[in-house]
Amino acid sequence: MSDEAGAPTDPTRRRVLAALAGAGGLALTGRAGAEDAPAPDPTKVPGRPPSSLGERSPHARLERQSAFGAISGTPLQDLHGTITPADLHFERHHAGIPSIDPTHHELLIHGMVERPLRFSLPELLRFPAVTRLAFLECSGNLRIDAGEETTPQFLCGLTSQSEWTGVALATLLREVGVKPGAKWLLAEGSDASVMTRSIPIEKALDDSIVAYAQNGEPLRPAQGYPIRLFNPGWEGNTSVKWLRRIEVSDQPFMTREETAKYTEPIGGGRARQFSFTMDARSIITTPTFPATLERGWHELRGIAWSGRGRITRVEVSLDGGRRWQDARLAGPVLPKAHTRFTLPFRFEGAPMELASRAIDETGYVQPTVEALIEARGIGSVPYHLNPICHWGIERDGRVLYKPLAWG
Amino acid sequence: MSPKAPITHAALVAVAFLAFGCTGPRPHETRSEEADPAMPTRFDLGRPATHADIAAVDIDVRPDGTGLPPGSGTPAEGLALYEAKCRHCHGENGQGEPFDRLVGRIEGDAFPFGEAPRTPRSIGSYWPYATTVFDYTRRAMPLERPGSLTDDEVYALTAYLLHMNDLWPAEARLDRASLPGVVMPARDRFVRDDRRGGREVR
Repeated sequence: MSDEAGAPTDPTRRRVLAALAGAGGLALTGRAGAEDAPAPDPTKVPGRPPSSLGERSPHARLERQSAFGAISGTPLQDLHGTITPADLHFERHHAGIPSIDPTHHELLIHGMVERPLRFSLPELLRFPAVTRLAFLECSGNLRIDAGEETTPQFLCGLTSQSEWTGVALATLLREVGVKPGAKWLLAEGSDASVMTRSIPIEKALDDSIVAYAQNGEPLRPAQGYPIRLFNPGWEGNTSVKWLRRIEVSDQPFMTREETAKYTEPIGGGRARQFSFTMDARSIITTPTFPATLERGWHELRGIAWSGRGRITRVEVSLDGGRRWQDARLAGPVLPKAHTRFTLPFRFEGAPMELASRAIDETGYVQPTVEALIEARGIGSVPYHLNPICHWGIERDGRVLYKPLAWG
Repeated sequence: MSPKAPITHAALVAVAFLAFGCTGPRPHETRSEEADPAMPTRFDLGRPATHADIAAVDIDVRPDGTGLPPGSGTPAEGLALYEAKCRHCHGENGQGEPFDRLVGRIEGDAFPFGEAPRTPRSIGSYWPYATTVFDYTRRAMPLERPGSLTDDEVYALTAYLLHMNDLWPAEARLDRASLPGVVMPARDRFVRDDRRGGREVR
């Protein structure tokens, strides 16, 4: 990661770039080619004509960061506002990205229903559409062993936000007619792991979406093309991609992803199961490693979110958690959505330690790592970890992540 | 973080079980169900699914055995399959590496995971239902050729893995009548989510 913004070796240029990165969280590159041959004055040569497909400036390099061959994280430190471009949405696949021809893909809904039905994509598109902006986060979204040279992307890049459009699952369940006594449904994907999760019927009738579009365009293959389940505010694994089947039942199915995985030990010989909702959380995105700050004014920026509703407040500390003050929230503040927070501050050359904690409409306050461990035990890993995270600013302006005291 | 008095573990478990039966939406999550006059109950879209349509993809297996197909297998048959198709990912005798460890019991069938984060989670120590082994193996394994195993082969591999975890006799044949009867050591270790927002960290 560190070469993303820190590659240039000329100290002056490096400082300027670092200062810019610190001020705006910009993804700057300064590639050799650009330095060798300065671009001509853009006011003196005609520009390019329109094209069928847009592209990013070669100077704005935005990339996901892969790990384990099974995940890739969103570059949180390089983004502004709250929308994640679809090609930068985090990925978590359990057996790769399938290639699906939508003309051969159907959604089957059966089980405890009056009328088992198969829906093609064109048929799903004829139902009333619903659209909402919401985050999607993997419940395993914290590197507890991260060292000082850690970016937000590496630390917790498995959260992203999109505008999702599709059919309310409640609409489809009315179409098939759910029988009395139905309490759960199984969502099954058409990937090579044939991913399955059990979903309580209350959620399905509340706000689950069978989504076919993301940020206005058809889902990307990595996000479930042609259709996926989307459960706002819930751990990402329940939003089953490449959705092919929903089976309505009176009990959960106890699949591998809700027993052996996606359960967390909580001490006392117990493990927590069906822990769906993502607790409130925040992360500072600017300034973070690998930025180096010039003295003077900067703006602390970050995102906060809660699976239980709206963020009501984000508190920020500049002294490692001794004193807290309210950050500004950029509206609109939507339920179950990433919310941008900001706070201008001055760096005067004395060490600082930045931290943020989110508070949601239930009154939940993002906990310290110590409070989390006290509540659940040191072995409650790797799911649903949302501790306050700290970033230190050294005397020379370097910003370093403060590793968590995990045991 | 919480100003409240400590809650005993027993109370937490009790709350978890109480919560089992009432997973309904919280007040702030409820939505108006007012009838929209422009919104019919049904749109008459979709085509009827026949029994054959459903049977072609209805592969899930539940803890009570619902969904288990005919067929059977023994640990010995499973061992041969394991060596040929599984060992390169799950290690000798299911001990793991490079991927998940599958075999291993903990003394007294303790469940120390909350206190000891590095304790390996194996089928014998962590999985609550034997049927899940069959379901997952049939739908997703082996990684390179998922869905390629016959039902007899899945029974044989399940029998082998249960046997290696001291949960199935060496000579016994596993089938859809016997698999749901295998009681896993961790079956009663799982409690429903008791987080509800608010001031308390859980």
